[in-house]
Amino acid sequence: MDDGGGLRLNMNGLDYLILALYFVTVLGVGFAARRAIRTSVDFFLSGRSLPAWVTGLAFVSANLGALEIIGMAANGAQYGAMTVHYYWIGAVPAMVFLGIVMMPFYYGSKVRSVPEYLRLRFNRPTHLLNALSFAVAQVLIAGVNLYALALVMQALLGWPLWTAIVVGAAIVLAYITIGGLSGAIYNEVLQFFVILAGLIPVTVIGLVKVGGVSGLMDAVRDSKLGEAGLHAWQDTGTTANPLGAHWIGIVFGLGFVLSFGYWTTNFAEVQRALSAKNMSAARRTPIIAAYPKLFIPLVTVIPGLVALVTVKGLGAESGDLQYNNAIPLLMRDLLPNGVLGVAVTGLLASFMAGMAANVSGFNTVFTYDIWQAYIRRDRSDEYYLRIGRWATVGAVVIGIGTAFIAAGFSNIMNYIQALFSVFNAPLFATFIIGMFWKRMTALAGFWSLLLGTLVSLSLYLLYKGGVVHFNSDLEESFWGAGLAFATAVVVAAIITPLTAPKRDEELRGLVYGMGGVDLKGDVLAGDAAWYRSPVLLGVIAVALAALFYIPVF
Amino acid sequence: MDNQGQPAQDPLIDEAQEEQRRSAAARLFDIRRVIGGLFVAYGVIVTLIGVFDSRAEIDKAEGVRINLWAGLVMLAFGLFMLLWQWLRPAEPPAPNEKDPGS
Repeated sequence: MDDGGGLRLNMNGLDYLILALYFVTVLGVGFAARRAIRTSVDFFLSGRSLPAWVTGLAFVSANLGALEIIGMAANGAQYGAMTVHYYWIGAVPAMVFLGIVMMPFYYGSKVRSVPEYLRLRFNRPTHLLNALSFAVAQVLIAGVNLYALALVMQALLGWPLWTAIVVGAAIVLAYITIGGLSGAIYNEVLQFFVILAGLIPVTVIGLVKVGGVSGLMDAVRDSKLGEAGLHAWQDTGTTANPLGAHWIGIVFGLGFVLSFGYWTTNFAEVQRALSAKNMSAARRTPIIAAYPKLFIPLVTVIPGLVALVTVKGLGAESGDLQYNNAIPLLMRDLLPNGVLGVAVTGLLASFMAGMAANVSGFNTVFTYDIWQAYIRRDRSDEYYLRIGRWATVGAVVIGIGTAFIAAGFSNIMNYIQALFSVFNAPLFATFIIGMFWKRMTALAGFWSLLLGTLVSLSLYLLYKGGVVHFNSDLEESFWGAGLAFATAVVVAAIITPLTAPKRDEELRGLVYGMGGVDLKGDVLAGDAAWYRSPVLLGVIAVALAALFYIPVF
Repeated sequence: MDNQGQPAQDPLIDEAQEEQRRSAAARLFDIRRVIGGLFVAYGVIVTLIGVFDSRAEIDKAEGVRINLWAGLVMLAFGLFMLLWQWLRPAEPPAPNEKDPGS
C-alpha cells in the first residue's frame, strides 16, 4: 500500500475530540484500577473478583481485535455468507464447551494460567514448551495488531506509520502496566461498546443505501459472488463454493480442531474467565460471550457485502481497493463527521482490545510460568508483581519490533489462522485427552504436544516453500490443524502404555472423574437462579447458532 | 458429580492463594459508571452535531439523520448504564460461603 491518499477520511475537530475523549477515558480506567492492585493475583487475574457480565464481554472483546473486524468484513466481501461459519460453527460451540466442560478444571484447580494446568497435569517440560510457545505467539500477534493499526491510521488519518505504532503501543502499555488485568478487562468492556457504536451506523446506512436486506440480496446475486454469496452450506458437498471448503473441512477443520483449539486453550481468552469471582461466573464467562458473538456477523459480514456491491472494483490485489479496506471505504463514503469520529474511535478501540489481550496474557505467562517457575523461585509476591510490570514493557517493545514481520502477508487473517494452527491444534488435542483419560502419562503429554506442533509447523513451512500444494491458505490451516491433532492422539496412544502414569491424588481436580471439582462450593446468592445456569445458557446459545443458519442455508 | 476431596496441591499456587488474603480487588470501581459517562458525553456531542447537520452531511448518509439518531441512542445507552448502576449497585464483597453449613 502506498500513502493511501485515496482512503483519507475527512476528520474534523469534533471527530478528533471524540477520539481524544476515548484516549483520556482509557488511560483514566488504567489509573483508577491501580488502587485495586496489591498482590500479584490482583495484577494478573484481577484478584479473581469480577462479575460474569464484565468477564464475558471482555472475553468477546479480547477476540474482537481490528484484525477480526477488518478481516471478517474482508471475508464477507470475498466469500459472502459463508463467512458466518467463523462465528456460528467456528466459535459458539467451542465457547459453550469451554464454559460447561473445561472451566470446572481450569477454575477449580486454581491454576493461574493455561500452561500452569499442563504443569500440574503432566510435567515441567510440557509446561515449559507450552509457556514458551504461547509467549512467542502472543508477542507475534501483538505485533500483527500493531502493524495493522498503523496501516489503517496511516491510510485513514494520514498519520505516519511510526506515530500510529508509538501512540497505540504507549496507551496499551500505560493502562496495563498501571492497571493490570483489571485495566485491560475494564477497557475491553468499554471497547466492546465503542466498537459496536462505530460499526452499527456503517451497517445501517449501508443497508439503506442498497435498499434494505432484500435490496442487498438482489445486488449480491448480480455481483461476482452471485447466488452462492447468500448461502452458507450450499455446494459444500464439493469445494465449488466461494470459500473453496468441503463441509467436512468446515465441520471438523474449522468447527472442531481450529475453533476448539483457539477458544479452549488460548490463555489470552481463558484468562478473562479465570478472573471471574466464582466458579459459576467463570463458567458463564465464555457462554455470555457467545451471545454477542452470534450477532457480530451482522456488523461485519453485512458491511462486507455492502462494500462488495457499492464499491466498484473492490477486491484488487493491492492498493486502496483490497478486501481488507471494505469497512474503511464505507466509512469514507457514508459517514458524516460526528459518527465518523465514533467509527474511527471504534476501529482504534478494537486494535487496542486485541493487543491488550495478547499483552496481558503474555505478562502473566512470562511471570508465573517462566520467571517464577524456572528462573527465580521463592521470591516475595511484590517481586513478581514488579516482574509482571516489566514483562508488560518488554512485550510491547518486542511487539513493536515484530510489527514488521506481518508486512509480508497479503491477508492478515490467514496469517493469524496459520499461527494458531501451528500452536493451538496440538495443544487442544493434548488437553482434551489429558482431561478425559486419566491414564495418559506425563511423557505422553510432552511428546504429543511437541510432535503435534512440529507436524503442523513443518506442513506450514512446506506449503510456504512450495513443496506441498493447497488451494488456499485457509485449506492449509484446516489440514495443518487436523494433522497436528491426529499426531497428538496417535503419539499419546503409543507412549502412554509404555510409561508410568501419575498417581490418582495428583490428578484430583484436573481430570474428569477423579473428583476434586466443586461446582457449588463458592456459590453466591442469586447464582442458583435458572437464568444463571451455565448449561441452560450454553444450550440456548448453540440452538440459536443452528437456527441462525436457516435464512442463509 | 464427584465432590470428594480438594484439588491436587501445588506450592506455587498455594503461595499465591495465601497472598490473596491481602487482595485489594474489592477497591475496584464500577465500570458501568465509566461506560455510562463516556456514552453520555458521546451522545450529547453527536446529537448536537446532528441537530446542526447541513444538507450535504445528511445526503452523504443517504438521507438518514445518522448523527441525530446515533447520538440519541448513545445518550440513552449511557443513561441506561448509569441508571443500572444506581438501581443495582455492585454486589458487596463475596461473603465467605466456603462452608455452606451442611
